[in-house]
Amino acid sequence: MSDAHPLIYRHRLVARLTHWVWAFCLFFLLLSGLNIFNAHPALYIGEQSGFEFDNDILRIGAEQSADGTVTGYTEIFGAKFDTTGVLGVSEERGQLRNRAFPDWATIPSFRSLATARVVHFFFAWIFAAVFLIWLISSLFNGHIRRDILPTPAEIKTVPQSIWDHLRLRLHHDGKNNVLQKLAYAGVLLILFPLIILTGLTMSPSMDAAWPWLLDIFGGRQTARTLHFLAMFLLVLFFVVHIAMVVLAGPINELRSMITGWYRTKSEPQP
Amino acid sequence: MILSRRQLLRSSGLLAAAIPLSGCKLFDPWLGTGHPVHDTLARANGLTYEVQDWLKGDALAPEFTQSDIRQGMRPNGSLDPQGSDYLLLKAQDFRNYRLQVSGLVDKPLSLSLTDLQSMPSRTQITRHDCVEGWSCIAKWTGTPLSLVLDAAGVKADANFVVFRCFDTLGGGLSGPLPYYESIDMRDARHPQTILAYGMNDAALPVPNGAPLRVRVERQLGYKMAKYISGIELVANFADIGGAGSYWADVGYDWYAGI
Repeated sequence: MSDAHPLIYRHRLVARLTHWVWAFCLFFLLLSGLNIFNAHPALYIGEQSGFEFDNDILRIGAEQSADGTVTGYTEIFGAKFDTTGVLGVSEERGQLRNRAFPDWATIPSFRSLATARVVHFFFAWIFAAVFLIWLISSLFNGHIRRDILPTPAEIKTVPQSIWDHLRLRLHHDGKNNVLQKLAYAGVLLILFPLIILTGLTMSPSMDAAWPWLLDIFGGRQTARTLHFLAMFLLVLFFVVHIAMVVLAGPINELRSMITGWYRTKSEPQP
Repeated sequence: MILSRRQLLRSSGLLAAAIPLSGCKLFDPWLGTGHPVHDTLARANGLTYEVQDWLKGDALAPEFTQSDIRQGMRPNGSLDPQGSDYLLLKAQDFRNYRLQVSGLVDKPLSLSLTDLQSMPSRTQITRHDCVEGWSCIAKWTGTPLSLVLDAAGVKADANFVVFRCFDTLGGGLSGPLPYYESIDMRDARHPQTILAYGMNDAALPVPNGAPLRVRVERQLGYKMAKYISGIELVANFADIGGAGSYWADVGYDWYAGI
């Protein structure tokens, strides 16, 4: 029994620590970020926000009809949806209020740009500093090469791996499969740097210090839109990530991310 | 140490249940100004200030071209001050306006708009970034603040330039409070920091701060005080009461480089 299901040391201390620090930081960054967004709930393309011309791609708002009823709406690329109750108009302390994201999705729950910025920038510092530590150590200890970047041979197995996942035939050999590698590479090597750099591009002082930020992202308002998009993709990743942990055996998965030790399952013999 | 299955289930279950049940009101009690948790988090702004100061040095904010001015300059905050002193000046087209320069200077000044306009001017097309998240590009013309400071002679112990304003904001028990702002000497002497009297090739309009506002191009809009009545040089904020800015007094960061 124990030979067929050996415990292996799957996650190093650096990976485990950074994982939980990021999870903690991203929780506060997301919810304080949505409160900041509520101060001006529209996203634009370019350097500036169009008030006398049209360059917004997303807008969340509230409007009052002739009979006095207030509806919340979300407009994406010109397509308008009624999102009353969640986006645009939602209940706050028992009363319907005009607010883009609802109180249960923001920190603080009440509207406070000043407080949300205090929370956001505190956790942004920790998030970015830990990312830098992780990136440097993972480049040197082979973590990125071994566990995150897929080899060309692995890339060829993507269709097979998708088919396996669809049938929930999950491997438990303690190694990342090609879809895991691609997901983690997307998060760690694309979305994390993207969300940090687009955040910095919104800073007028950073635009003076590093003007190339505006060039690579195509202007401050595009950077703000990309910052929001990266957030959305990270939330999407989180949903899939939690679903896969549950499907793969939450106790074993959680234990390996806390203690490092993971119990493998041998493949069924043919 | 390996957590038992039961311990793990119990702790993760509790955590997972607590958050959606209480919503994010859970954190509200810790986040009021003055609470140790809030004030600890807010200290990150000091780090941002130090690091950005080191990274940017005296680098210029990006400047844009005439074709980037695609709309009028969106005004925010006070749009039409109602103080009697301001209304009188406005009725006389600001002919009797005087900018008072006081505090830690060798020679206090009282400058008319004509005095300021006869000094060398600087024109720049820059992007105004509001703390709310929006941006707007406009052309600004004014007197470099450094020239005014040199004319007054800044004493060695002055660390901040405080802008006194005609407008008031807010309500509450004490009623509306006068707007004021302050910047450090590095920003004050930065070449793009100007006392603007012109906008988009015309006189500065009232909603944008007539007759005089400051441009601090490497910080957010709320640092760029409008309706300036005087500038005062101080060693520290204890001299003026408050945290150095109307918005800092209500919980915003004094340094707004991000």
